[in-house]
Amino acid sequence: MYDVAIIGGGVIGGSIARELSRFQLDTVLLEACAEVGFGTTKTNSGIIHPGHHSSPDTLKGQLVVRGNQLYDSLHQELNFGFRRIGEIVVAQSREDLPILEQLKKQGEEKGVPGLEMWDKARLQREEPNLSHTLLAALYAPSAGVINPYEFVFALLENAIANGVVLKVNSPVTKIEKREKILLLQTPGETLSARFVLNCAGVFSDKISQLVGLEDFTIHPRKGEEYMLDKRLKGLVRRLVFPVPKASTKGTLIIPTFDGTIMVGPTAEDTEDRYDASTTYEGSDRVFQFVNKICPSITERDTITEFAGLRAVSSTNDFIIGPTRVPGFINVAGIQSPGLTSAPAIAEYVRDILIEEGLLLEEKESFNPFVASPPRFAMLGLEKQRELIEKNSLFAKVACRCELVTEAEIHDAIDHGARTLDGIKFRSRAGMGRCQGGFCSIRCMDILAERLNQSFTDLSKRGSNSWIVTEMVNEQHPKMREG
Amino acid sequence: MLGRMEGKYDVVVIGGGPAGMGAALGARDSGSERVLILDREPDPGGILLQCIHSGFGLHYFKEELTGPEYAERFLENVIDQEVDLLSNSYVSGISYDSSGSKGVHVMNEKYGLSTVETKSVVLSMGCRERTRGAIRIPGTRPSGIITAGLAQKFVNMKGVLPGKRVAILGSGDIGLIMARRLVLEGCEVVGVFEIMPYSNGLTRNVVQCLEDFEIPLHLSTTVAYIHGKDRVEKITVAPVDEKLKPDMNRAWDIPCDTLLLSIGLIPENELSQSLGIKLDLLTGGPQVNSTLETSMPGVFTCGNVLHVHDLVDFVTRESLLAGQFAGEWAQGVRRPNDNIRLLPGNNVHYCVPHSLSPEREHTIYMRCQKPMKPCRLHIGDLKQKKLRFVVPAEMIMVKVKPELLEKFRGDTLRIDILPAEEKTD
Repeated sequence: MYDVAIIGGGVIGGSIARELSRFQLDTVLLEACAEVGFGTTKTNSGIIHPGHHSSPDTLKGQLVVRGNQLYDSLHQELNFGFRRIGEIVVAQSREDLPILEQLKKQGEEKGVPGLEMWDKARLQREEPNLSHTLLAALYAPSAGVINPYEFVFALLENAIANGVVLKVNSPVTKIEKREKILLLQTPGETLSARFVLNCAGVFSDKISQLVGLEDFTIHPRKGEEYMLDKRLKGLVRRLVFPVPKASTKGTLIIPTFDGTIMVGPTAEDTEDRYDASTTYEGSDRVFQFVNKICPSITERDTITEFAGLRAVSSTNDFIIGPTRVPGFINVAGIQSPGLTSAPAIAEYVRDILIEEGLLLEEKESFNPFVASPPRFAMLGLEKQRELIEKNSLFAKVACRCELVTEAEIHDAIDHGARTLDGIKFRSRAGMGRCQGGFCSIRCMDILAERLNQSFTDLSKRGSNSWIVTEMVNEQHPKMREG
Repeated sequence: MLGRMEGKYDVVVIGGGPAGMGAALGARDSGSERVLILDREPDPGGILLQCIHSGFGLHYFKEELTGPEYAERFLENVIDQEVDLLSNSYVSGISYDSSGSKGVHVMNEKYGLSTVETKSVVLSMGCRERTRGAIRIPGTRPSGIITAGLAQKFVNMKGVLPGKRVAILGSGDIGLIMARRLVLEGCEVVGVFEIMPYSNGLTRNVVQCLEDFEIPLHLSTTVAYIHGKDRVEKITVAPVDEKLKPDMNRAWDIPCDTLLLSIGLIPENELSQSLGIKLDLLTGGPQVNSTLETSMPGVFTCGNVLHVHDLVDFVTRESLLAGQFAGEWAQGVRRPNDNIRLLPGNNVHYCVPHSLSPEREHTIYMRCQKPMKPCRLHIGDLKQKKLRFVVPAEMIMVKVKPELLEKFRGDTLRIDILPAEEKTD
């Protein structure tokens, strides 16, 4: 029996798993997909918000500033890509100016550090490639960018190193209430746990229904994002926001941690919980908008696009807390600023577990550190030489667009990658401008060899996402004639 | 196969495909002693190795070869000519000093990070395929959407199929070749969809790969949506209007498990760009003078990295020339600057090279913007050539003799393709 079973291996489940791994507990994390972080987390914009956008009257507004602060120590311990690049909210018209003032006031009340109002001249000096028609900006230096999937990989690697059990390909299909325990059924096995944490993202209402709770629903809101060619690196240095609207923070210009500029997201309600589709309308909307703020960005610079779902709840706020079902705790409705809040949510949930009677004793052996994955392309010449000296596979390039070496592909597999996307999101192989045209086969060669599988066994991201199939033996009549 | 990496090379060629091998041989022909090819793949030959169909060499060797056979002939010569060859080698950058000497930075399992000194360089890195992102096809992101070239490598090099029921977007040559290849392997090819009102591949490929196999080619039609959660399940295709916007009222669905993309090729000039070499926005390749030298002295270029070719035979012709000039440059030959700039005029998308000199004979390679027939090619008012037809998919070549250029007064020579009926002054 486990003390705690966490359902969902996204940034929320991952953050909680890592937090709980500090204590003497038996914790299991059940992830429905083949890889962790492949739901809402993977398609997140990767922004660590300063916190001035959300009202302090909401739970999300209360957790976001603390979450932001926790990223410094987490980054030092877990070595995922994170940089505080700052953000600006830009005023496009006179009507926007009082909203900037209001945001500044709200932020200062909440303790958001370093907020500054920039006039037109300052804005043009700091971000010369933005439209010269912009009137002013509110600057927040504590905004950061991360690669959200890297964060989850690091969280879970650390949690596992500290004793948490991870089970992938394990969707929970049934939950039974027994006296003082809950029984969870997955396709492979039945597990029992004292506490169940529902961190199932866009499926969290469905999970909650498994124990007979109907008190909230999730209404997925889709966001489309467009990734631009690396050659635009440096065009914009800070995150650029328009003034926020009711349902969304608007379409943004995001200089990602890797330096690639991304634009998006859109905000579109959808019924389909698997809807990761991009659309003509979405693309038009994003580029028309972005073009007004930064005229040199056009849709022709796109190298790839994707979409993800925000787990918007019927209360429009985070739903975190115990339920009528003893031991069943919701951590649901985690929409923006969910990524920023995640570390604070983990603390919050830890405290709820204590209140609910779980005894937490710190583990002496807890090791908070995860080594940074080797990032050959980001190193200086001397460091690169050192790596090659130790392992000559660092001199063998697998992905030329992003300069990823074969040693890094092996490292990704060592750290849990079991699919082609698993390798891609851990090593960046296939993320560049050719989108895997050249490196897919090299990565598959290595993956097949390491897993002792054939090409036809490999998948893009688990389930039915096969990549290739076997040759058929039937030949075309033309060949037979010949 | 590498003799000695130490010491200084005359010519270092980056890329071991047909262009790179041709350039290396050209450099040896010019009398350069030390020539090195750096190739990122395990085996030299480039994309030819996965092109197991025949049709190569008709112009150059006057016989029909497969891709690997064509590559083999060059490789034999490269070995004969004692050209050094380093495989699995990635060029991370090129540095240069004021004397014109260059250092090519290479990553290789055996040599680690090293720098090869050379007098001149030939860039022959080839091209890559455009991807879904480049044209932003709406829909989900399942597996089963790959470029035609990757599919070709799966089938011909790895012996696996990209799927069983395949749709092809774009009528580039690799897509057409793969349509036939997959049908021969027992797959169902549900159709080739081309957004333009004409094919983007060679006429011979449309006939031999589609018509002979009764594979439908839908012109002015595109894939407007991709469906499927884990794997492609179906596509929505729609006819497009004059602005190339899909008309969703006339759209229809086609079940399939695979979508191949054959939507164009992009010269791979990231290395050239990192050197600050001037590119031509129309070709996507470097701007070159009549010796195929880029804006950086002593750096030459040829093949698909310069402009995308239809036939490897023409790549060979161009690369022998580039190698020849790179070799001469290494030996200290400096030619006078070209004094005639070429200007693409009516219905001319681009021309390569970008300038000419009256001291030699030249071949100008060009592409038209839209199909036209019959028509006449005008090289300023120096020369006219009647053409039965022109299409963007087929490169146009014209030879210009020095005698003709000597007569030219001015610095810009305009090239036009005009309808044959139309009179010009």
